[in-house]
Amino acid sequence: MAETPAEATRVELLRRMERIRRFETRVGELFADNELPGFVHLYLGTEGVAAGTCEPLSEDDYITSTHRGHGHCIAKGLEFKPMVAELYGKETGYCGGKGGSMHIADVTQGMLGANGITASSTPIGGGAALASQIRGNDNVAVSYLGDGATAQGPYHEALHLAATWELPQIYVIENNHYGEMTNTEVQHPVTDLVKQADAYDLPGVIVNGQDVEEVREATVEAIERARNGGGPTVIEAKTYRYEGHYEGDPQWYKDDEDLPAWRTADPVENYRDELLDDGVLTEDEYGEITDEIDANLEEAVAFGRDSPYPDPEAAYEGVYAEEI
Amino acid sequence: MATTLTPQTTGETEEISVTEALQQAMHEEMGRDEDVFLQGIDVADRGGSFSVSEGLLDEFGPERVRDTPISEAAIVGTGLGAAAAGMRPIVEIMYSDFMGIAFDQIMNNVGLMRYMFGGKLDLPLTIRTVDGGGFSAAAQHSKTLHSLAMHLPGIRVVCVSTPYDAKGLLKSSIRHDDPVFFFEHANVFNRKGEVPVEEYTVPIGEAAVVREGSDVTVVATQAMLYEAFDAAEELAGEIDVEIISPRTLDPLDIDTIADSVDKTGRAVVVDEPTLSASAQSEMVAQINEEAFWRLDAPIKRLGVDNVPIPFSPPLEQEVIPDADDIVAEVRTLF
Repeated sequence: MAETPAEATRVELLRRMERIRRFETRVGELFADNELPGFVHLYLGTEGVAAGTCEPLSEDDYITSTHRGHGHCIAKGLEFKPMVAELYGKETGYCGGKGGSMHIADVTQGMLGANGITASSTPIGGGAALASQIRGNDNVAVSYLGDGATAQGPYHEALHLAATWELPQIYVIENNHYGEMTNTEVQHPVTDLVKQADAYDLPGVIVNGQDVEEVREATVEAIERARNGGGPTVIEAKTYRYEGHYEGDPQWYKDDEDLPAWRTADPVENYRDELLDDGVLTEDEYGEITDEIDANLEEAVAFGRDSPYPDPEAAYEGVYAEEI
Repeated sequence: MATTLTPQTTGETEEISVTEALQQAMHEEMGRDEDVFLQGIDVADRGGSFSVSEGLLDEFGPERVRDTPISEAAIVGTGLGAAAAGMRPIVEIMYSDFMGIAFDQIMNNVGLMRYMFGGKLDLPLTIRTVDGGGFSAAAQHSKTLHSLAMHLPGIRVVCVSTPYDAKGLLKSSIRHDDPVFFFEHANVFNRKGEVPVEEYTVPIGEAAVVREGSDVTVVATQAMLYEAFDAAEELAGEIDVEIISPRTLDPLDIDTIADSVDKTGRAVVVDEPTLSASAQSEMVAQINEEAFWRLDAPIKRLGVDNVPIPFSPPLEQEVIPDADDIVAEVRTLF
């Protein structure tokens, strides 16, 4: 049983999950209204994983993310306004409109990028951890990957190297039970993907991704281990993707009628109820938190809508640091 | 030939090999900047498959000179991540043939991250690798693949032939704030030449006119530069050959090449990749765009015809261009 964190920490965990939930819900609406170009992969249903893993990190710690990266960005502390503006492809976005949903990054906050190629960011996280090791500082790197990414070679190369060199890196497998549009059982020889960690002699931990405190506790242990030279940890969070692979995915492959109860246990609503029941929050205080988030979000949507598109000539800028 | 490749310098010089030049470049840069480190297969204890990193482990220790597993995606990907976190890594891919394992990192992350993230992230990563055939190493250890890197925005591509360029350009590459793909060549490691004893660098993006001539411009890279010199000697008295070493292929110093073609009116591009969609194709296209009205004959390309590199020595010698091929190609222009 997880040790209950301090009240302020519990409120912060809920606040981060609510920020993700409300952001993603609103993005889904904007996308359905044809306001956003391209496509989006939403993080709804898995908020407990990003919030529980990022809350114990400092600003100097690194994360690397996936194509489904909005939740990680928000949990690591990125702001709504430049995030929304980036989704609109506007000049004021985190990437000046050059990245979009799948490439939001803010290195100043240790966010080394969402990444549109499955497992492709895992070695990058290893490199950030390697930089910490060489410099002898305390920073760790958390690398998120989906269940599908555990079948990718670069993940295993990264894991192998991180284990061999005892890099301060934490792998967080978000097993949301669908790799793109196919059930995980069809794609993997094992049900518990964390078993692969055994082959690298690494600690592998399974957590209920719908329980933010359980996720956080496992992460705190993994961070301690990494900061003390104990090397990587692999955490597999069992979770559930509410939406399709992408917005607009008809999801014919889903078997929602037969879902076990834990999969439908909503990580955000349950935790809110728990904090209210425990007297950590009053209804009024909860309302203040969500009102503030909603107000920030609407400001961000207005900001995104009203911001200018980049000058077309900007397409030719930012490829190189040094012009030759 | 040797005198023609000697750098123009008033200071003291010493004769060293390309291998020694590369060793010196890494020694100097690692001594100069503690953020520089090297990782790759066999680079530490063994000193590199081609001895390019000999002595580095003793001088800089295992934290900064790192033997890796045989995992090219992890070698390049962690180098990139370390660069993103402020280090200045050198990563080695033993043969360019092995870059396929790492190619997702190269084409989807190394060249794109700065741009995708809004131009705000310096990625001072140097990827060293080895091109080239001529050793009966067969099709998976003999290719010349720098054309693949030239196709990718966000990555500078350097190819070297001489000790002077090897040292000066590797130092510039390590100091460069963008990713540089640095192609060595198995057939030039033992070539010797003069380099200044004093510290120097060679800027990325500048070609060198290494032999002056008036009748035809031969643009030649890596080992082909030496073949071009032999060809020029053979043609001396018949056709006066100007030779240009591009040194950097991306960005190509087309101004220097076009100025030469303005003078000669004829051009042959000699490089070792298979010809289809190759570095040679790109150079021909750019010469055509910049110097078409001064041409007296079509621009010619030499490279490996579109076959894999074969094992047996007579087969391999058949497909890789040499001085005789260059002589024959040049003569077709007159």
